Amino acid sequence: MGAQKKGKVAEDAMELARNPLQAILLADSFTTKFRPITLERPKVLLPLVNVPMIDYTLAWLESAGVEEVFIFCCAHSRQVMDYLESSEWHKQPNFTVTTIESHNSISAGDALRLIYERNVIHGDFVLVSGDTVSNMSLTQAVKEHKERRKKDNNAVMTMVIKKSKPSPVIHQSRLGTDELFMAIDPDTKQLLCYEERGEHPRGAISIDNALLADNPSISLHNDKQDCYIDICSQEVLSLFTDNFDYQHLRRHFVKGLLVDDIMGYKIFTHEILSSYAARIDNYRSYDTISKDIIQRWTYPFVPDVKFSANCTTKLEREGMYKAPETQQSRSANIGPFTVIGKGTRIGDDSRITHSVIGEGCTIGSNVSIVGSYIWNNVTIEDGCELRHAIVCDGVIIKEGATLEPGVVLSLKVVIGREFVVPAYSKVSLFQQPTAQDSDEELEYADNSSGAIDPSIADAGNKLNGGIVSESSQIQDWSSSQLGPGGAGFIWSACDGGCEEEWRHSVAPIPTDQLAKALLAMEDDLEIVNVQENALTPSGELKPGSDDDDSDNMDDFNVDTVDFEKEAEATFMRAAEDNIAVDDLILEVNSLRLSYNKSAGDCAGALFYPMMKLALESPYNTAVELQKNVASVVSKWHKLFEVLAREVDDQIELIMKFEEMCLESTKEFAPIFSQILHLLYQTDILGEEAIFKWDDERKDADESDRVFVKQSEKFIQWLREAEEEED
Amino acid sequence: MPDVQALVNMFLNKLKKRKIEGSQATAKQTAELLRSVISQQRVPRTNQAGALIDAVRAIGEQLIVANPIELAVGNIVRRVLHIIREEDLSLTTAAVAELNLSTVSDDDDDDGGGGDQDDRPVLSAAAVAAAARNTLRPPSLQMLLEGAPDFVAVPRSSSSGGDSEGKSKSMDRNSRTRKLKHDIIEAVNELIQDITTCHELIAEQAVEHIHQNEVILTLGSSKTVLEFLCAAKEKKRSFRVFVAEGAPRYQGHLLAKELVARGLQTTLITDSAVFAMISRVNMVIVGSHAVMANGGVIAPVGMNMVALAAQKHAVPFVVLAGSHKLCPLYPHNPEVLLNELRSPSELLDFGEFSDCLDFGSGDGSPLLHVVNPTFDYVPPKAVSLFITDTGGHNPSYMYRLIADYYSADDLVVQRRHAAGN
Repeated sequence: MGAQKKGKVAEDAMELARNPLQAILLADSFTTKFRPITLERPKVLLPLVNVPMIDYTLAWLESAGVEEVFIFCCAHSRQVMDYLESSEWHKQPNFTVTTIESHNSISAGDALRLIYERNVIHGDFVLVSGDTVSNMSLTQAVKEHKERRKKDNNAVMTMVIKKSKPSPVIHQSRLGTDELFMAIDPDTKQLLCYEERGEHPRGAISIDNALLADNPSISLHNDKQDCYIDICSQEVLSLFTDNFDYQHLRRHFVKGLLVDDIMGYKIFTHEILSSYAARIDNYRSYDTISKDIIQRWTYPFVPDVKFSANCTTKLEREGMYKAPETQQSRSANIGPFTVIGKGTRIGDDSRITHSVIGEGCTIGSNVSIVGSYIWNNVTIEDGCELRHAIVCDGVIIKEGATLEPGVVLSLKVVIGREFVVPAYSKVSLFQQPTAQDSDEELEYADNSSGAIDPSIADAGNKLNGGIVSESSQIQDWSSSQLGPGGAGFIWSACDGGCEEEWRHSVAPIPTDQLAKALLAMEDDLEIVNVQENALTPSGELKPGSDDDDSDNMDDFNVDTVDFEKEAEATFMRAAEDNIAVDDLILEVNSLRLSYNKSAGDCAGALFYPMMKLALESPYNTAVELQKNVASVVSKWHKLFEVLAREVDDQIELIMKFEEMCLESTKEFAPIFSQILHLLYQTDILGEEAIFKWDDERKDADESDRVFVKQSEKFIQWLREAEEEED
Repeated sequence: MPDVQALVNMFLNKLKKRKIEGSQATAKQTAELLRSVISQQRVPRTNQAGALIDAVRAIGEQLIVANPIELAVGNIVRRVLHIIREEDLSLTTAAVAELNLSTVSDDDDDDGGGGDQDDRPVLSAAAVAAAARNTLRPPSLQMLLEGAPDFVAVPRSSSSGGDSEGKSKSMDRNSRTRKLKHDIIEAVNELIQDITTCHELIAEQAVEHIHQNEVILTLGSSKTVLEFLCAAKEKKRSFRVFVAEGAPRYQGHLLAKELVARGLQTTLITDSAVFAMISRVNMVIVGSHAVMANGGVIAPVGMNMVALAAQKHAVPFVVLAGSHKLCPLYPHNPEVLLNELRSPSELLDFGEFSDCLDFGSGDGSPLLHVVNPTFDYVPPKAVSLFITDTGGHNPSYMYRLIADYYSADDLVVQRRHAAGN
């Protein structure tokens, strides 16, 4: 036994040694959030605090002990590969970087399917995208994942999460992503439910009953941030191949696994406490993560530590980072939390705060830059004003121009003199692609190619070549669009909706929007309250339900309606196919159990279709109808004998019939007493039930007593018969 | 050569990622790396020492840039450079001494080449004096001592040394090449030995400083301090230790655990309680990150507060430092980056404060800023005594001690960058 154990340990060690930790890095986000910049340059190469995003991811993977990284390049794959070749990542010891190129993948799902075909992954792997910034240690998470795998082969994925409170007003995280709801088993850390608020506009999340029934405890979180770092087993790749419609990692894959309980695959979570992890998803997270880096949450991946090919930067007082060879005028005022890149010149009386300035920029005098991200080789002439903008490589902003909050200037745009770029506008040398449906599939199809429509690309090439050399080209630009001497197109913010633009922009949320959101939130609360009240009456099927637990009632009503439909369908099927009564009883019973209903409910539910059946067969006179009823009842009476044994159930049945006569099947109204007699004769109803019903109705309204009066004679007769017996 | 480059790259990586903790480990690994660099370096027939110096300097430059905070790296690079110079000097002097017996002509040649080396005799004199005073002197000094009395004025420049030899001596030169390299490697080995044993050498002096029934206060955790206290304990001294926990890394907790495991009476206090407790303390004994040339100390954060408390109550403030921590730079030197700001997550929980760090509200500038500096600077006047592996020293004496270990030429390793700034 001991030897065996030892052997197993040795085997494990061997296995660990054999399988170095691998990682798949998706160098394409398969979204359009960073357009128009991503039309010309892949997202992973966009500089984040003067270092391309992919360097943060690679540096972290390398330091976390990953030995083999497969970089999946899709959009602008050439640029990514060229960059990697020129970088130092290929020269690192114990760290191999392999690129996998694809031109026709349109989603993360496609990428993983392709990687599965290549058959390069031999064990557990880390799945990240190339825009992840983290300093977490993977050892613990991977160890936990492996241990779980040993116990349970279905634990295919471990998702890394981090606590981060969403804003209560606008319901999005500080990274600009939608508020996320997660249900996690607090003991095993298994992920049970994953919902983004965006898909549920009212903020109401429904949780499957079974979830509550199956798990002794569930903790619900809305303060967890998904870091988009997953530790996956090999099965994940084959799952993607099996389910060829999986596209999105979260929306399809995770939800698919959570919903699918046949295969029983499980997803677990790993919460990181002190380390940092976040993914750049939109402009807001670009801003937030940049600031986190400057505030050193990502240590050691901070500007003054040389973690990639970046140049040495010195940290000065108040969080100011300065690279060597910068020239700064003595009167220039550089405020806190600013990064100045190598070889940048700053003129007199310029003020810069909370901004990142790239390499080789020229900033004139009297320029004011607040909270902006200026990339490399940008020229900003005298007297410009920039607030919360992103300015890409090679942009020229001419004298006196103003960028209002949230502006994005793509590569090589020229802003004319004294031009004011309106807030949240995006400017590019490329024409905006023709309006597209924001339909998800289209979205995929569109950006997948990453390749631009040839016509646009042509135009772009012409421009890139043209602007500098030919002056005639400049005149082609409609000077009205970007001021005199400007070059570029302002994109209209149609996709995503311009009202929502402020949510994902680099600029902080304007106060009026916040106030609006606050109002909307209050309205929401009111609506929810109103709805709660409104829902209760709508539970018409269960009159007299309590107002207090309207939430439960609501659920209950839905259930009841479902059940009745189901029961009716079952009965009709049985009637059509001439199924034996006993079999039907069995079926109804199982239905009753699955919906957790009483036998009385069943009887009630079945009574209606039975009477309807009687109504369906042709008849001319009331007598004929009565005959029909008699035949149907004689056929099915056994069913009700079994289901409606209790007196209460029988009363319920009478009341139900009463109701039917009043509302849906008025045809029975004239012959109510006859049918009642019939039901008595066939032993469906007992005397006791009829008496009780009669008693109950005694002090009811006149209108409710119509049928009691009608059947007065019958009841009289019944009572007499009973007395005689006595 | 390629495998050396791989070694260098690996070490650079570790330094960059801040993966090596503690100056002793860093110093040792740096020395070992430089040893392999020297042994793999091919030396030309002439000016061998120059070639070695260039090679070591080139790699040293990269190492220092990789982690400018860890001053021990620079210290070791400079010491290895110093060793090369010393070995070369002693060999040259030996050779010249031989030549002197036969011919006199070489002397003129040497004088001509030595014109630009005026500071040499001064340093040598200082070194000689220091060496004479120290019982535990480095081996290189000993060699210097052997050659120096006869040839104090002899230039140390290796080029002139190489030229001074006649062509007829080529056979001898070949063996000299090997001898130089061999001697240097020997000396570097001894340096590594010194670094490894510095704890013991320091701990040996414990009994002289810790007396019966004393109360010792320390902050954070230092291996040197642990060994020092334990050495006193082994010599049957009974005393008590107050350990300040050393927020935010709380390494004091680890030290307390270790001390208790070795049977010492230990009291753990918060950093903020230091002033309250200092009146009951007989001596403060702390470790350090680096000791500067002026006797100032770079030590874990919170140390200056302890030093000021000790000063106020006239409690001796003793700093333990292995010789690899002695840095030839002054704290006002632009090369010296005094501090490193680590991640704020050591201070507070990101999740709890994430709503304070939401940059989407207000004007986009964070209202909360968390700063987590690693080091403190303790000025020399707050330090009562340094205990190094060569004995106890006054802060004002540190620059002399440092002159024994380093050549003035090596103080600035990164020449080009210095010019750029």
